[in-house]
Amino acid sequence: MVDFLFYFFTAVTWGSAAMVVLSRNPVNAAMFLIVAMVGIAGLFVLLSAFFLAVLQVLVYAGAVVVLFLFVIMLLDEGEKRRIRAGKVSSVASVMALVLLLVGALSVAVSPDLVVPGMGEARTLGTTEPVGDAPREYGYHLFTAYMLPFQVAGFLLLVAMIGVILLSKRYRDESEVRAQV
Amino acid sequence: MNIGIVDFLVASALLFAIGFFGVLLRRNTLVVYMCLELMLNAVNLALVAFSRFNGTMDGNIFVFFIITVAAAEVAVGLAIIVTLFRRRETVQLPDLNLLRH
Repeated sequence: MVDFLFYFFTAVTWGSAAMVVLSRNPVNAAMFLIVAMVGIAGLFVLLSAFFLAVLQVLVYAGAVVVLFLFVIMLLDEGEKRRIRAGKVSSVASVMALVLLLVGALSVAVSPDLVVPGMGEARTLGTTEPVGDAPREYGYHLFTAYMLPFQVAGFLLLVAMIGVILLSKRYRDESEVRAQV
Repeated sequence: MNIGIVDFLVASALLFAIGFFGVLLRRNTLVVYMCLELMLNAVNLALVAFSRFNGTMDGNIFVFFIITVAAAEVAVGLAIIVTLFRRRETVQLPDLNLLRH
């Protein structure tokens, strides 16, 4: 059952991610992005990271994609262009795909070569999940990860100020100079 | 229950590749941004898988931070795109070549 769920969520995630890249209409791309995020949340549940799965759906599928949809509708690009790939980009992406596949296959074929001890028969069935209660996150955030936590909070403040400054509508350039 | 870490890593790698294709091949700034989010999510998946199979919480905490930074990044990036659109009337990357040469 778990195996089937893994393949199902992986297929859903890959398919909708491919549709994000391929769909010509940005609104459709955003909708497929929601499906991809929910698929990843499903994979998080399989990995027993329930808190992160909920966070994923709330933040990504909820806030981020809604923000994307708002901006898409705000901008209202008129005509949709065909997806045309440049020569350099095509060559670069094919090379990147080959390199990534080589990496993934080398991990799959000989895991011990890449990370020692990874090839042990550790599967979802044979290992115990670590404690994934929100309390665990709180404990780690306020002990070992206190400084990154503070920095993340400060980053959010900076981002908020930046967004307000960026999206403020100035009447003309002189007003900008007067404010600076 | 036979799924191991390698399966999750392969899933994550291909998802990352799909997002990378989008970033390289698409011309619409908004779609490029969505593909960046896909790449971040692929990394999140790999981190959670490592955390689960190593029996530590560190990967999960990192994903927590990545989600925070990604949300801030999306807010700022979309504000920049809106400002750009207001000035240049376009979000297509080939038209945004002010800094070229």
